[in-house]
Amino acid sequence: MSVNTHSGGPFASGPADAEGGLDPAARSGYADHPPRMGFFTDTSVCIGCKACEVACKEWNAVPEDGIELTGMSYDNTEALGASTWRHVAFIEQITRPGAAPARGDEPFNPAAPPAPRWLMSSDVCKHCTEAGCLDVCPTGALMRTEFGTVVVQDDVCNGCGYCVSACPFGVIGRRETDGGAHKCTLCYDRIGDGLTPACAKACPTESIQFGPLDELRERAQLRLGDLQEAGVAEARLYGEDPADGIGGAGAFFLLLDEPEVYGLPPDPVVTTRDLPRMWRHVTIAAAALGTAALLSGLRRRS
Amino acid sequence: MTSPTGDRSPRGNRGLMVPPAEFRSYYGRPIVKEPVWEALDVAGYLFLGGLAGASSALAASAELAGRPELARVAKTAAAGAIGLSMAALVHDLGRPMRFVNMLRVFKPTSPMSVGTWLLTGYAPAAAAAAASALTGWLPRTGRAATVVAAVLGPAVAAYTGALLSDTAVPAWHEAHRELPYLFVSSAASAAGGLGLALVRSEQAGPARNLAVVGAGAELVAKSLLIRRLGPAAEPYQSGQAGHLMEAAEILTAGALSAAALGGRNRAAAAVAGATLVASSALTRFGIFLAGRTSARDPKYTVVPQRDRIRRRDQAAGARPAQ
Repeated sequence: MSVNTHSGGPFASGPADAEGGLDPAARSGYADHPPRMGFFTDTSVCIGCKACEVACKEWNAVPEDGIELTGMSYDNTEALGASTWRHVAFIEQITRPGAAPARGDEPFNPAAPPAPRWLMSSDVCKHCTEAGCLDVCPTGALMRTEFGTVVVQDDVCNGCGYCVSACPFGVIGRRETDGGAHKCTLCYDRIGDGLTPACAKACPTESIQFGPLDELRERAQLRLGDLQEAGVAEARLYGEDPADGIGGAGAFFLLLDEPEVYGLPPDPVVTTRDLPRMWRHVTIAAAALGTAALLSGLRRRS
Repeated sequence: MTSPTGDRSPRGNRGLMVPPAEFRSYYGRPIVKEPVWEALDVAGYLFLGGLAGASSALAASAELAGRPELARVAKTAAAGAIGLSMAALVHDLGRPMRFVNMLRVFKPTSPMSVGTWLLTGYAPAAAAAAASALTGWLPRTGRAATVVAAVLGPAVAAYTGALLSDTAVPAWHEAHRELPYLFVSSAASAAGGLGLALVRSEQAGPARNLAVVGAGAELVAKSLLIRRLGPAAEPYQSGQAGHLMEAAEILTAGALSAAALGGRNRAAAAVAGATLVASSALTRFGIFLAGRTSARDPKYTVVPQRDRIRRRDQAAGARPAQ
């Protein structure tokens, strides 16, 4: 655990422990706190309109992040980063094995054999229960909010870039123009006033759903059951399991293919779970160096 | 090993009847972010910080052994190297003026925070030890500073292993067991090498011992790293990183034999020592670049994680069958 130097300030989320893993706000010292809030992004109804990207930029005054055509799909945003807090991935699966060519006039039949399809998914910071970025931040700029979300305090961040390398999802980035690290705040300013985050508010299909995390998890299970019953066997939840390598995400997803197809790591584990072992090896190594140096001064008898 | 092509382009590969073999990705885009650190700053720091830390330990040992000339050189090297290191670290910040924000918290979960506090204790001690040795002023303070620097120095050299490993960068994280040992042995090799290069043979005994032990350990640690990581070691063996690591290995091995067998030949010792310093630097840059390569290619993120899932599923499947 880190040392807290000011009220409501940064605590490292630390390695998992059985009970605490579920309530990051309480573990960070918020005795009386609102329920943990999060996103459930149901990609099965995402239409790739990118309204979330635009709404996020507008509300949070996030600067322009490069206007270029990637040529790989309808995705010209490419990835999350310091100035991209929502990113709509767009995957064209035109020739799936066993797929019949699309005519475009068939009635929707979810049980039909794999057909050519577009996958769209609005990616965002996962607001991990065990957040690597938060753990490694050396200034305490990254903090846990009372809603269990993870936020960068821009006036504290000194731009060391450690969080950038620690994030298993490649979410957070360092902005060239101001040298600081930036990422999704889950609209900390809006949710504090009881408002819905800008992306969820703007989403026309309710692909992005905002709410208390436990409600979202229930809703996601129901939706998953419905889809599977309808024959969409490849539907799966991603990041909703508190037993996973990050203690469960505050922003989780319903996907229609393997996570890596969307640019998500298939089995992310927060790096700090191995840190106790790392410190043990560091200690042994340091002791070995000290001993070797000390012994090097012994005179040979010859 | 997986094929490097994987399933990078759904248009290109998904039509194959063979299911896309071992790894799929989002158009070949990286999953984790490439470190934002500059190679010169951070790999340079890894090298200089190691050189400084091990030099401080060597200085204390030399002083105990009655080798004042070696002690003086090692202390001066430590102070100079750590000064440069700290300049590099501050330069690498996105907001250098806010360097002091590092000092508002102490977080054992952040190797960078631990390292900052180590340097805060170590650097003034190393500087004081060098100043006293060079001027002859305040000998008692100088001795105390020498001891403090010798105690903290090895920690400064070793913690950088955790600094790199405690990330999502595949080549660094996967090597979390080996990097601290590789770093301290490389540091010992560099500090010993510097002493060997700059100090008369009669005085350089401890430096030679440390150089030989360090260089030998460095070679062992490196081969263990490659062996233990298996396919995940690929970034250390290919591309620019691979060239640097290989060059470092050859130079270290050569200099090690020269230092061990060269006896009191002054020129041989100087060349061997300088070579060890250089190869230590090459090792650090190689490790740094390997990390960068591994972050850039989704293969290094996806394949090990898929393996982990497979192993877990197999274990879960095996249990009910019993």
